[in-house]
Amino acid sequence: MNQTPTRGNYLTQAWLVILLALLYGGALAAVQMGLGERIQKNKQNETYDQIPQLVPGADKAKTVEHEIQGQNHKHAIVYEARNQQGTRLGWVLPGSGQGFADRIELLIGLDPPLATILGLYVLDQKETPGLGNYITSAEKFRDQFSGKQTDPPLAVVKMDPDPKHEIQAITGATISSTSVSQIVNHTIENLRQPILDLPATAQH
Amino acid sequence: MASSEPTALERLVNGILPENPIYRQLLGMCPVLAVTAGMRPAMTMAAATAAVLISANIMISLIRGLLKPHLRILVFTLTIATFVTIADRFLAAFMYQMSKQLGPYVPLIIVNCLIISRCEICASKQGLRIAIADAVGMSLGFTLALASIATVRELLGAGTWFGLPVLAESWWPRWGIMVLPPGAFLALGLLLATAQWFTQRRTANSHK
Repeated sequence: MNQTPTRGNYLTQAWLVILLALLYGGALAAVQMGLGERIQKNKQNETYDQIPQLVPGADKAKTVEHEIQGQNHKHAIVYEARNQQGTRLGWVLPGSGQGFADRIELLIGLDPPLATILGLYVLDQKETPGLGNYITSAEKFRDQFSGKQTDPPLAVVKMDPDPKHEIQAITGATISSTSVSQIVNHTIENLRQPILDLPATAQH
Repeated sequence: MASSEPTALERLVNGILPENPIYRQLLGMCPVLAVTAGMRPAMTMAAATAAVLISANIMISLIRGLLKPHLRILVFTLTIATFVTIADRFLAAFMYQMSKQLGPYVPLIIVNCLIISRCEICASKQGLRIAIADAVGMSLGFTLALASIATVRELLGAGTWFGLPVLAESWWPRWGIMVLPPGAFLALGLLLATAQWFTQRRTANSHK
């Protein structure tokens, strides 16, 4: 067997594949360069758009991001919500955990001393449609978090919730309801001290 | 040989009903089952698949003279994967919520046998005009089939169509199962049986 014809053979056979791979690679790089920034912005906007709803009166353009280390030693980004004058109105904390079907991702709005919940938003969930996915509904579930105290932690009941500490579960979706309340409790527990340790007046 | 191959018009018409990718060929079952809980995700999926199918057919038809028989599948897959990634990025940039809702099913268009079968059957053998007609016909057939399944599921399961309320909750109890995964199998099975029944009846009538 002769080496040279074989080597030539590979090239004559595969040149189209190699050429196409380079061409397509270039096309994909161009698409990514054109759209990458916009996609990144979409992700960030989703969080920022919710801040005025989670902390009433907040101006999303004045939001300050803080990177802190939680008590579980993991880094987390929390958002300090401010009004137009730059006064601190509260905090928005991202939290996540296991739901009934898959991970649930939340945003939790809190007042400056982290004592009262101001709002709750579900960023991502895959709970059962028609039952568990009511956790995303403001009227059916989320609104009852506003005004709840964070100490002692939230508890879930099936009926007659206490206005300060208890959440009424969605009928037929006790696990999803409990998961959301647990994620809220754990997130606040994990991040409370590091947030309170942040310098009181950050420069703006 | 050229005379035995279907013409552009035949390709276009065949894709819509006689060789409908879902009801006649049973191809692309994964998106059919996964994204038909509502009209919005179903139609977004249909549009993304159509864009990929048409682009891939054009590309393959243009380079069909250069294809080596044993490397053709590799070239098909490479081409399809590129167009799918582009479609996925466009969705993430311009329809972010929908892109999140469809999740992995957009990248999974790569393995939709509908597209590779059209590259193999039509685009790698016939000219650009016929390849485009074929891709458009198949896309219309795919869209039609997704729309029929999604309409049944969304109406019965959520009482809405494209998210607009159609059936009032007071007199139409929600069939929650229809928007859950088992509902996809139920709807597909019943619709397939209906399509089959019509076809058989028509064949029987024409033989009388």
